[in-house]
Amino acid sequence: MLRGLWRLTWLELRIFLREPLGVFGTVLAPVLVFLALGRLLGGRVRATDPDAADVARDLPVVVAMLVAVGAILSLVAIMAIYREGGILKRLRATPLRPATILTAHVLVKMLLSTTTLTLMAVAGRRFVPAGAEAPWLSFGVAVVFTVACVLSIGFVIASVVPTARFAQPLGALVLYPMLGLSGLFVPLDVLPPGLQFVARALPFTPAVSLLRGIWHGEGWASHTGDMAVLALVFALCVALASRVFRWE
Amino acid sequence: MDVQPIVPAEPVVVVRHLRKSYGRTVAVDGVSFDVARGEIFGLIGPNGAGKTTTMECVEGLRAPDSGTIAVLGLDPVRDVRALQERIGVQLQEAQLQKRITVREAVDLWAALYRAPVDGGRLLDQLGLRERQHARFMTLSGGQKQRLLIALALVNDPEVVFLDELTTGLDPQARRAIWDLVRGIRARGKTVFLTTHLMEEAERLCDRVAIIDRGRLVDLGAPAELVRRHCPTATVVVVTAAPEAAAAFAAIPGVTSVVQDGTTHTIRGAAGGLVTEVIRCLAGHRIDVRDVRTDLPTLEDVFLETTGRAMRD
Repeated sequence: MLRGLWRLTWLELRIFLREPLGVFGTVLAPVLVFLALGRLLGGRVRATDPDAADVARDLPVVVAMLVAVGAILSLVAIMAIYREGGILKRLRATPLRPATILTAHVLVKMLLSTTTLTLMAVAGRRFVPAGAEAPWLSFGVAVVFTVACVLSIGFVIASVVPTARFAQPLGALVLYPMLGLSGLFVPLDVLPPGLQFVARALPFTPAVSLLRGIWHGEGWASHTGDMAVLALVFALCVALASRVFRWE
Repeated sequence: MDVQPIVPAEPVVVVRHLRKSYGRTVAVDGVSFDVARGEIFGLIGPNGAGKTTTMECVEGLRAPDSGTIAVLGLDPVRDVRALQERIGVQLQEAQLQKRITVREAVDLWAALYRAPVDGGRLLDQLGLRERQHARFMTLSGGQKQRLLIALALVNDPEVVFLDELTTGLDPQARRAIWDLVRGIRARGKTVFLTTHLMEEAERLCDRVAIIDRGRLVDLGAPAELVRRHCPTATVVVVTAAPEAAAAFAAIPGVTSVVQDGTTHTIRGAAGGLVTEVIRCLAGHRIDVRDVRTDLPTLEDVFLETTGRAMRD
């Protein structure tokens, strides 16, 4: 029962936009940094050139993953603030379900992440042209799917983290190692076997594999495994979050 | 002390042998009481006495370890969804989103219930109309509390739960809130509140239950509890008349007269002591420099029944 979902989502979005620093930090700052770096490097590498540097080739994937991690951290922080401030407790005494509250915040995060990424794509094309053949639409769909799935990791952390002060370090402690082992920065093959095993079990690894594959023009069919794992991560995290969710 | 609760005519809340522990700490230890339709019922006691735990069990926010609770005939744990439509709650130390406006909060709450009241009229009733576009973080303590009461009334509830609703407010804001609570009762609703302020309980509540260390100490109308537990009143008369002490001692019902210079402290049965002292002063044509009365209050009842003073 999702009564109040749209109203809550719309309201949370407006409340978020009232916080000037929040809007700047979440939406504008990444775009500005990106633009500044682009101007500084002034590279004219084509992002899809087979012989371009790895970083340039995967730039959209790196950006998407960083924005996703930012969205998860922000979700965790907001829920922690709401719990600490007694806002969740007050909402509990209404017909609102925890799922509705989480979903509203996820929708807000999705919207903001998509806005940030779209702005970056538009801005970044000047410095790192993707080429006419770049699969923007497929990549966009893959990003939305991936962000939605990995945000569920945030549900679990957000459901239990007791205070806002604790939220950021705990989130970072969980997310950054996963990002480091996702294959985004270091190819999985060069890792020691034990670490490779761990890396392949972590949810960011299929996310990176999916995004990278779609960006480089591979078909969806060759990534059904990644998508299945991400969907499974989503289902498990939602189930776990609904069991461990704490109102206060 | 084992106290048999008085069963009122039509109880909307029935609590029997409620127990709730957190780990090894027993918060509520076998509490039983009823709340009658249309009354203001207060759960009073010091901080940590078990008031909030009891109330949150009744609201369906916590599951009791044992005992039974019925609110409007519903089980607060099993029927929490049905109950939420018919009760309104204001929680202790609850907050809203810092940047939500008064109007947005009322509209959000209205969207969550099946049969909400008109938000604009509610804001008028609570004197929040001119602050409707203000953000929660900019409201004064009294305004925040009024908004939280408004949210408790959005679904036109039959029973309203108010937990420590004037804590931290200045006396003027506190009085305004008291008037609001009386207004809620005047509209036919039942009010169940907790407070650690004895003055608030005395002025606002039709009946109070004294709770201490998780146990119900006594229950009744404030005046009735005072009569039952603190039957003695004190009148202090300052007079230079030499015959005064003997005259006071002869008043029927006076148990002691202590003289310290010109100050006479007269103790006796609370019922007619003040009248009798005034009659005596008039009868003996005694010149008086000062008269003070010290009548027992719920504060004294608490001290008498628990052996401890209320701590703030």
